[in-house]
Amino acid sequence: MSNTDFTLAVEDLTVSFDGFKAIDAFNLYIDRNELRVIIGPNGAGKTTLLDLICGRTKASAGSIKFNNTELTRMAEYKRVRLGIGRKFQTPSIYENLTVFQNLEVSYPKGRTVMGALAFKCDDEVKARVQVVAEDIFLADRLDLEAGLLSHGQKQWLEIGMLLMQSPELLLLDEPIAGMSARERDLTAELLQRICKNRAVIVIEHDMEFVKRIAHKVTVMHQGKMLAEGPMEKVQADPKVIDVYLGH
Amino acid sequence: MEFSELLNIGLMQGFAGLSLFAVLLLMGLGLAIIFGQMGVINMAHGEFMTIGAYTIYLGSHLSSHYAPSLVSIYFPFAIVLAFLFAFALGWLVEWGLIRHLYKRPLDTLLATWGISLAMQQSFRTFIGPKEVSPTLPDWLLGSWAPKEGLDIPINGLFVLALTAVVTCGVLLALNRSRWGLRVRATVSNRVMANAIGIDTRKTDRLTFAIGCGIAGMAGAAFTTIGSTGPTSGQLYIVDSFLVVTFGGAASLLGTVVSAFGIAQTQSITEFFLHGSMAKVLTLSLIVLILMIRPQGLFASKVRR
Amino acid sequence: MKAIQELIKRYQLASLLVLTLLLAVVLPLSLDIFRLNLIGKYLTYAFVAVGLVMVWGYGGVLSLGQGVFFGLGGYAMAMFLKLEASDPVTTAIQSTPGIPDFMDWNQITALPAFWLPFKSLPLTLIAVIAVPTLLAWIISFAMFKRRVGGVYFAIITQAVALIVTVLIIGQQGYTGGVNGMTDLKTLLGWDTRTNSAKYILYYLCVALLVGSIVLCRWIQTSKAGTLLLAMRDKEDRVRFSGYDVADFRIFTFCLAAALSGIGGALFSLQVGFMSPSFVGIVPSVEMVIFAAVGGRMSLVGAVYGTLLVNAGKTYFSESFPDLWLFLMAALFIGVTMAFPMGLAGLWESHVVPWWSKRKNKGKGGDAEPAGTDAAPPAAVAATAKPARQASADSALTKGLSDVGAQSAIPGSI
Repeated sequence: MSNTDFTLAVEDLTVSFDGFKAIDAFNLYIDRNELRVIIGPNGAGKTTLLDLICGRTKASAGSIKFNNTELTRMAEYKRVRLGIGRKFQTPSIYENLTVFQNLEVSYPKGRTVMGALAFKCDDEVKARVQVVAEDIFLADRLDLEAGLLSHGQKQWLEIGMLLMQSPELLLLDEPIAGMSARERDLTAELLQRICKNRAVIVIEHDMEFVKRIAHKVTVMHQGKMLAEGPMEKVQADPKVIDVYLGH
Repeated sequence: MEFSELLNIGLMQGFAGLSLFAVLLLMGLGLAIIFGQMGVINMAHGEFMTIGAYTIYLGSHLSSHYAPSLVSIYFPFAIVLAFLFAFALGWLVEWGLIRHLYKRPLDTLLATWGISLAMQQSFRTFIGPKEVSPTLPDWLLGSWAPKEGLDIPINGLFVLALTAVVTCGVLLALNRSRWGLRVRATVSNRVMANAIGIDTRKTDRLTFAIGCGIAGMAGAAFTTIGSTGPTSGQLYIVDSFLVVTFGGAASLLGTVVSAFGIAQTQSITEFFLHGSMAKVLTLSLIVLILMIRPQGLFASKVRR
Repeated sequence: MKAIQELIKRYQLASLLVLTLLLAVVLPLSLDIFRLNLIGKYLTYAFVAVGLVMVWGYGGVLSLGQGVFFGLGGYAMAMFLKLEASDPVTTAIQSTPGIPDFMDWNQITALPAFWLPFKSLPLTLIAVIAVPTLLAWIISFAMFKRRVGGVYFAIITQAVALIVTVLIIGQQGYTGGVNGMTDLKTLLGWDTRTNSAKYILYYLCVALLVGSIVLCRWIQTSKAGTLLLAMRDKEDRVRFSGYDVADFRIFTFCLAAALSGIGGALFSLQVGFMSPSFVGIVPSVEMVIFAAVGGRMSLVGAVYGTLLVNAGKTYFSESFPDLWLFLMAALFIGVTMAFPMGLAGLWESHVVPWWSKRKNKGKGGDAEPAGTDAAPPAAVAATAKPARQASADSALTKGLSDVGAQSAIPGSI
């Protein structure tokens, strides 16, 4: 595969589980500053695609290039260190730690064992936590145990933990699940803000929300790409309508 | 001549391995059901085997003292009793202990270790610390000599047949019976199984008890290759766990293959090396393979 | 003043001080040297228990093979002492003088090559730590890098314990077999069986144990400690925050192995022999129960747990030998079923609230406390230990269920 100037270039990606192809010869190109939304019916392979990009699942064939670095054989933590951040479908935060500690732990310093032993929470870390906490609307909740946050706030906190690492590619799996209307508005605004200088992929089911945030939409169906383009175009595509209504 | 002698020795050593294979497989099957299907580590599994072995001894003892005419036929009945005793105790243990610990597998491990200690001490206190052996009926004792220089012990053949029957029974039960369906449903999604009306608690209890019952039958097989003492079971617990993990925890076929492999490796190395070194070699080999391939021989890739 | 208070809370210095006072002052003053030596023996197991708190309580990984590391450290020390005890003069009646007696009995005529380093004390001291650590590294590297954890790790470590025991017993000529290495009398000519030597060794043991606890506490309060707890409960999140989860587990497991090795070496020194009965599966699982009784999350608790269980063992197995195993069984079952957090858990849930309630009453029931020391019970309980650990306790069941997720691999038959 040739080099490209995309932040993320996925080509011919395939993964099969005992013969069942969850992702089948899939292609995807994401630009810097782009916010891409992936939609598709349940079981289309959306979450599996994110799993493949961040390394949670190993690809059977194909290539995933991040800034022209091949990722398919790389360990997960190394992909993270290159600048890929992943938010899971159900918010995955450290419920027993405070919001501050959650963010502090995610700070990209002291990542080796010895580094972690010697790690000091200095002013630089504290300042960074403060900035991110303001970004994710949790600046006044820093000392609260994370398990006590509302579901929507937990989603924000997980996004904040990713932002601590200043990633170049953000993978967000259903970031507004369980959020109130107001929280959704704030999240839409947050997503618009954070896709500056990086690429963001969002999986989402709520079409209204998708319309508000997406630069481009990719529709997946049975592990393959069904359609791609601006929301209005995709919504009018007969194939897409067929998949969503035909089943 | 040289070669055929070697072949005969190889065959006999192979058959010696088959008795061990039978014990390991029966132990492994019970564990595979409990560990592979339910995810519970039963450290007392060896003691359930010992119960089975003691049951055979009890059968032999009672029949030779009170009904000498029954000596030749007590064995099959004792095997059934061995299953029933171990089954009943397994039922009790699940009810009293295991069911409270399903969410904490490492704690189950410690709790069942406690059970194992208690059972060992009970054997010691109520049966006696000395090792016992049942008098096997005459028809089990001889050997079958299909040709000169080749002696195959009949008890080995009997145990093998017993193992084959039990293995097929378990496979059939898991794949064809209502119980098997319930077990498989419970394993793959406990909440859903509950929601569609499967009594998962009862299924768990039955599964655990059946696993223990099979260990009891392993004890019956064990009496043909060794004498029974309070700690006999403990000697087999590590081997049986390795059988299950080596085969791939959720695969019964894997259990069969790995029990065969382990028993034969041990039996063949025993011919060339001192007994303890054969054991060290066999176990180290398995541990090494497990380090390289931790999912075991047979494992399927599952979409998360 | 406040800074010092913070420091005391953070490192749980108060409870450590109480333990040190008990071990270094109260026990030596109240017990004769025979019993103190016995306590010293128990304390060597406490090294293993402290290591288990790190690996099991903090790391969420249960090892059933800690006896191996205890044994390796113990055998390393015992080999040195045995060589010293086997000088050509005392062993003149042997067919080959100058080698350990059990070698001579097994018709071995020259010292095997792997015994040679144990002629030197510095090399021996290095081996006491390095050999267990190396084995731990090999095992944990192979397992953790491949994401093997939970019950599988327990099974593999148990198998290793069995292999090592069978090997030691089988290779009589090189290891002393089932009897182990006996008649260890002197260290560089210093008689370790005199009362003064026993006192010195006891205090050495206490000092090293307290040092180990401080070291482990320091790790727990560092970012590495936070990460250990975090990866116990949310392994994937830690991994996808850019950490190599395996490295942290390997480090902790090796640390526990090194501590166990030190414990083993002190055992050989204080007790004067080492045998396979401290290596196998049974002692390894028993060591887990020491930590469990004390509280799997509490370093200091692990020491109390070890002392209590062993004192009980010595008392009951002398007076009611039949009863002891039943009691031990009850201990295993009771601790897992009723008190999963052990003595330390009971302390936190019962003694601390009761104490602060009393304290509040004593103040005449002031509605609003003026100082920090009369805060409501709940707050005291929460601040008595760092937030991390307080919350870790509540997460126990959840954390353990995550560990267990690996065991329930769904699949076809």
